[in-house]
Parts: sequence; structure tokens; C-alpha cells
Amino acid sequence: MELLKLILRNTLRQRLRAILTILGMAVAILAFCLLRTVVDAWYGGVAAASPNRLVTRNAVSLIFPMPISYRQKILRVPDVAQVAYANWFGGVYIDERHFFARMAIGPKNFFDLFPEFLISPDQLRAFWSQRNACVAGRKLIDQYGWKLGDTITMTGNIYPGEWQFVLRGIYRGANKNTDETQFFFRWDYLDEVLKKSVAYESGQAGWYIVQVKNPSLAGATSRAIDSLFENSWAETLTETEKAFQMSFVSMTEAILIAIRIVSLVVIGVILVVLANTMAMTARERMSEYAILKTLGFGNRFVFTLIAGESITIAMLGGILGMLLSLPVAQVFSKELGAILPVFEIGWQTFFMSFAISCIIGFLAALLPAWRASRVRIAEALGHIG
Amino acid sequence: MQDSSTQSRIENFIVLVENLQKSYKRGSEEICVLQGIDLTIRRGEFVALMGPSGSGKTTLLNLIAGIDRPDAGRLLVAGTDIMRLGDVDLARWRATHVGFIFQFYNLLPVLTGIENVELPLLLRGLSRKKRREHAMLALDLVGLTDRVHHYPRELSGGQQQRVAIARAIVTDPDLIVADEPTGDLDKKSASEALDLMEQLNQDFGKTIIMVTHDPKAAEKAGIIHHLDKGRMDR
Repeated sequence: MELLKLILRNTLRQRLRAILTILGMAVAILAFCLLRTVVDAWYGGVAAASPNRLVTRNAVSLIFPMPISYRQKILRVPDVAQVAYANWFGGVYIDERHFFARMAIGPKNFFDLFPEFLISPDQLRAFWSQRNACVAGRKLIDQYGWKLGDTITMTGNIYPGEWQFVLRGIYRGANKNTDETQFFFRWDYLDEVLKKSVAYESGQAGWYIVQVKNPSLAGATSRAIDSLFENSWAETLTETEKAFQMSFVSMTEAILIAIRIVSLVVIGVILVVLANTMAMTARERMSEYAILKTLGFGNRFVFTLIAGESITIAMLGGILGMLLSLPVAQVFSKELGAILPVFEIGWQTFFMSFAISCIIGFLAALLPAWRASRVRIAEALGHIG
Repeated sequence: MQDSSTQSRIENFIVLVENLQKSYKRGSEEICVLQGIDLTIRRGEFVALMGPSGSGKTTLLNLIAGIDRPDAGRLLVAGTDIMRLGDVDLARWRATHVGFIFQFYNLLPVLTGIENVELPLLLRGLSRKKRREHAMLALDLVGLTDRVHHYPRELSGGQQQRVAIARAIVTDPDLIVADEPTGDLDKKSASEALDLMEQLNQDFGKTIIMVTHDPKAAEKAGIIHHLDKGRMDR
């Protein structure tokens, strides 16, 4: 108890230095939390993937579609429960900076495959009863102030023309990691327009979503689906939804590695700053440590005193950084919502930040504490006066 | 095994120094600070060590108090051959047997007067209440009960030295060592501090070894030893 009192009083002794170091530590932990969260958010789609969903796409590339007739064939594969499909629409809303996922979906059981998208039955009925209806996630609604019944106009880029959609539904996420920034409209609306404008592009799906009864047989089911279309003009590649999402993430793996490295560099920098502060502090107080040793306190006590002060500063900075990260993450979430739809700092990141703060505090104290505990009393007292 | 005459010498003297040697390295140069020092101090004596700067008096005090180690010789203090103690045992021995008074008081600035006096008692495993009682007793003895909750920066030099004296006596040590205890004090405060040390010696039988430059301070001590160039003047 007395040791703790001494540590706390020593911590607050050089107020300005302590406050600046705590702020430095807070900024470092804030940066660490945000960078880690960017990485986590990048993997958000992977984390949200369901184990009982497979994705079937064109084996050559995702940009090549497959005939809509594949659905019926896939449905006949043993262990397949339901099949839905989607097309990436792209398009521009207002301007190109306003990016969010826009997809044409079908058939009517699409939302049955995604129980994490919560939408009221009335709105779902309204959506399926109007050809150009659309459903948007809660975050998009909040961002653009849309209301049910509003007409949303988009300019097509993959599918040219002016596209008008009427908002008939709003979905919420069942889980924290559910993406609430997606925009869905009916595939048959897209197909109808294509039949009139570019007929050869109609009757095709971008990818199929396959719900399986037994996730443990996903491998065998995938192979069974792909074998159906072997040697056809559109061979397929079926994989778990997680692997499908992972293929997008792996395209940007280098960026993620760079972000991870930067987050570690930030920690390294603050470690050096805190070590310097503690070295300076310990040097100034060497005569006091000598007095404590003169009075009979051992090297361990002196070591604990310095390490305790360093850990206290690091922990205070760490906690402050973690607290600051909450409102800052909200701002990030608002600004980057379309690119990183699930931007929430996880408990794992908080736990890691706290542990890193403690480790930084301890490591920063190692050298000065070791020096202070090894210094000869007579030598240290010789510095006095 | 020690023979009976050696045993009797040990029992008679609280400090027994024989042929003590100490040198320091400064770069590649070895500086001999103490050579062939012989010194005996009986229990209850008030001894002053005098000598010019660099004569080795503070080094000798440090060796006797167990805060430095000699290169050779014999050093028995309070019945213990302290040269044979390891660092941990030596620290424990100091906590039990020696009280320290320094020229610049060396109080911890983040602790109040009473907390500074309590500090050595933390190693005794006493309850907080007991520690407070002992510390108050020591502060009462030095006449500073009215400023116990003041921090060192809020006390005058004389008051700080009185807190330091209280800290030195709070564990009731066998030996009190004082390194230039009046060196940083004005005349009045110096006189008060010396009176206090004289009182500790005469009324409480405390053995005191004091290093000083000041002949007036040395007068308070019953015995004066002179050192010059690392040797004891005969």
C-alpha cells in the first residue's frame, strides 16, 4: 500500500512531463486501436460469413456471369437447401465518392438465406411486389436521410442508363458485424431492362449463394456443384462464403500488412519515448534511490518503484487512448461507412491495447530500473550537492 | 573460532576497524582513499571524524555504516563482520543497526515529514498505527510535532534536518552516522541540530559518528579523530 502511494506520488511529481508522456501514450494507443480496427473491419465480411453458405462463381473470374439456369441444377445437388443469386450493379449515386455496395438480387427467397438482415415482413412484401423497389441498410438510410417511398436515382456504369428505385424496405443487422450499408434491388428489374437494351447480357447471374444443410460437408458439396458444369462454357468455382470474402481481402493483403507494421511502429516509437522519460526521471532521482537503499530497502524495491511508475504512466495513457478511440471510431465509422461498413473497436483490440500499455510500461522501465538498482550507494550519494 | 581476547574486544567496541584499505578507480588510475586505518569506538561514544577535503573521512564513515565495501582489512560493527555480508543481508543489517543523517537531509520530497520518518519502519513489518506511534515519538523527541504533515519543501533547512534526525533514530539503531550534519545549516539551526545529537548521545546513550569540517561541531563530540590523505593522524 505504501509502495503504491509512493509510486502514485512519484508519477505526478513532474506534472507537465507526466501529462505530456501520458498524452503521447494515449495518442499512440488511439492510433493502434484505430489501425487494428481498420484491419478488423477489412476482415469484417470474412468474420460475418456464415458457415452454411457457399458461393458459386464463374471459374475464370468473378466478372464473368453464369446462366440463370444454373440455379435449378444446383438445387438438385444433395445437401443443398436453397439457392439465390446476385449481380454486382456498380453505378454512381450523386458522385463517385458516395460508394456503397449495390446489388441486384433474386429470387424471392434471397433474404431467407441471410437471416442476419432483419427486415419487417410488410416491407419485404412491398419490396417483392414492386418491380423497381429497393431495400437499403440502416446506416445508408441514416447517411442519406432516405425515407420509405423515396425514389433513388442512380447512373449505371456496368449497366448504362438512369436507374430509378423506390425505397420499400430498410434492413437492420442482427449482429454487430452485419454490414448495414448495402443496397439491394430486384434482379428481375435489371433483367427486364437488359432484355430491352443489351439482350445478350440478360438471363445471367453474377454469383450464386448456396445454403447447405450440413456445413461439415461443404467441401464435398462444392465439388459436386462444380462437377455439374465441368466442360461447359461457364465452369464454376464453388467455395465457402468465408473463402469467397477472403479472396477479396487477400487482394489487399499488402496494404493490411503495411497497416499492421505501422501499428507496431507506433508502439515502438512510444516505447522509446517512455523509456527516455523514465531514464531521465531515474537519473534525476538516483540520490533518492540511494537513500532508500541506505535505509535498507533492497534492489527489488527500487526496481518496483521505477517499473511501477512507468507502468502507471503507460496504463493511464493507454486507458485514455482507449477511451478517446470510442468517439474517434464513431467519426471514422460515419466517414468510412461505405468502405468499412463495420467499424467498431472490438474487446480484443481493447484487451490487446491494455496489455501492450502494460508491456510498454514494463519494458520502458527495464534499463533505468536496472541501472538504479545496480548503482552503488556511495557513488549515487556522491552526486548530492 | 575466535579466541577469548578477540571476543572480548568485539564486545567492548561497537566499531572495530583494523588495517582498513579502500581505493577507487578513476579511469585507468587507481586512487587510494584509505590505507591502514585502525579505529575503535565504544558503545555510547560521540566521535567526530575531521580532516581536509579528500582525506577519506566520508569514505570511512560509509564503510562503517555498510554503504560501501572495503578492499581489505577488518571491519566489525555492532558485533557483525559486515564485510562477510551479502548485499541483501547488508541492507537488512543497515536497516536494523544504523541511523543516517546527511548534510542535505535527503528526505523524499513526495512524502510528508511523518511519512519520511515512518519510511525505515516499513521494513519492520509494523502496523500502520504502530508506525505512526513510533514516528510521532521520534518527531516529538526532535521537537517537530507541529509540522508532521508538511512536505520537505514547506520546511526550513533546520526543520528538515530535525526530520532527518527523527528518521535516523526511529528504528532505535545501535549506531548513528552523520555526514556533515550542519554543513547546510545556518548558525542557529546548526547549533540546535548539534544539541539534539548531544542529547541523543547523553540522554539515550546513542553511539554517534560524525564527519565534520566545523571545529565547533566537533567540540560536541567527546572524541575527535583526524584523517589526512587516507591515514589516521596519531
